[in-house]
Amino acid sequence: MNEVNHFRRVVLIWLVSSVILTPIVVLAAQGIPPGDGSVQAAGQTTDNGVLLGLSTPVALAVVVFFIYSLVAFRERDTAAVLDGPPVRGHAGVQLWWIVTTTTIVLFLAGYGTVRMLADGAGGGQGPNPIAKPTSSVPALPVQVIAQQWKFTFRFPTYGGVETNHLEIPANRLIAFHVTSLDVIHSFWAYQLGVKADANPGVDNVAYVQTKNPLTFNIHCAELCGVWHGYMFDTGAVVSGLQFASWIAQQRARFAPATKLLPPYAKQYFPDPQHRGG
Amino acid sequence: MSAAGKRLVGVAICAVVVCVLIGLYIGLYLTTSPGDASAAGVAGPNGTNLYLATVAASETTDPHPSWVSYYVVDAKDQNWRHATTFELPANSLVHVTIYQFDGQSGLRNPFIAQATGIIGGTFGLNGKPTVVIGPDTASHIFAIPQMGVSVPLSGVPDSAKNPCANAPCPLSTDHETITFTFRTPGKGLYRWQCFVPCAAGSIQGFGGPMQTVGYMDGFIKVV
Repeated sequence: MNEVNHFRRVVLIWLVSSVILTPIVVLAAQGIPPGDGSVQAAGQTTDNGVLLGLSTPVALAVVVFFIYSLVAFRERDTAAVLDGPPVRGHAGVQLWWIVTTTTIVLFLAGYGTVRMLADGAGGGQGPNPIAKPTSSVPALPVQVIAQQWKFTFRFPTYGGVETNHLEIPANRLIAFHVTSLDVIHSFWAYQLGVKADANPGVDNVAYVQTKNPLTFNIHCAELCGVWHGYMFDTGAVVSGLQFASWIAQQRARFAPATKLLPPYAKQYFPDPQHRGG
Repeated sequence: MSAAGKRLVGVAICAVVVCVLIGLYIGLYLTTSPGDASAAGVAGPNGTNLYLATVAASETTDPHPSWVSYYVVDAKDQNWRHATTFELPANSLVHVTIYQFDGQSGLRNPFIAQATGIIGGTFGLNGKPTVVIGPDTASHIFAIPQMGVSVPLSGVPDSAKNPCANAPCPLSTDHETITFTFRTPGKGLYRWQCFVPCAAGSIQGFGGPMQTVGYMDGFIKVV
């Protein structure tokens, strides 16, 4: 009777399952947020697909070997349980394992670094951002001011008006300057692929290149107190004309409050007398 | 039944019980809402009236007698009740009167010195129509973020000769009277809060009564 070649069987099962499942996982990943709401969001979705696609065969190798071992190597005669043969090192397998895993890890490190510069602009980069998208027109600066428990938004190029809600123009590079008036919050506009911590006294810059009009959800992503779960809002990417009309309305509506605001500054830190009760 | 079968049944029963308990916990968590409304608005000919008061310190018998707090009162500042859950009718006008006995704290963000989300865009400050107050004179904010309502409450000046410390405070003591009207949306549970860091003695002025439902924040049940 021929000896069964378990290694060949495992490799075959792994190969077939990888060929079937990897494209399915890559396709399914395109439906996972953040989606296609901005250039950065689309890039992040692509990156998620690539990473999931790469990790699928690795995960399958573990799962296939595990299940195969449970089935093929189970002890059928429970009355005669004997210890198996001693396990010894196999130079070929060890070399193959080290080379394969090292190659995967180095590739992921390189891919991640390159893509972070391309798609990582949506993440908070501190006051001196490295990943800065290029644009033919200057980025529209929007200051995101977090406080317990709401976000407000200030537009320095529109008279420094501050608003309760966020609207931004389509097909435009936006520079979010995220800061906080009290504790640490996090500005997360996930359909835009934007997530930046809001730290008191810090100008945390995140960029987004908007695409077509859409509505997006804004959440605080840093546990910030009893009403953290209620610190959310809905924002909108609108056409250039709609944005011009909206910001003009906001300037008129909030003219009385705008007169009271301090001059625009990237570090919006309250006067000490207002920091505590 | 064999011993192995009994063990299997035992494990299965335990697993079902644990799953049911977890399901109950999650279900109760998701469906639990604040208890019965502690204060219902008083129906009037042109809407519902809601009378509130803010004071620098709660009643001396309160578990936290040094904590700043909102109270429900009646039209004549009587019958003080320590409640911050209000029941209001849907899609109707609500006329709010707040007797404000606390001192001035100041706003971290002067932007919220302007009232928003109220009928006419102005509120009454001691009878005078007002849109915005001096940020340094603010004592509290009454805000319902989901409705867009935000009204700043002026504080009693430091020079006041007859201030009130602990609730209940009679109208004969120094106070500001703030009035405004807003329209409720459809049925639902909405939260309201103060935005001034007015919790004296706590971290950043936002601990204690600002982080505990029942003092400077609560719910509005729109029914």
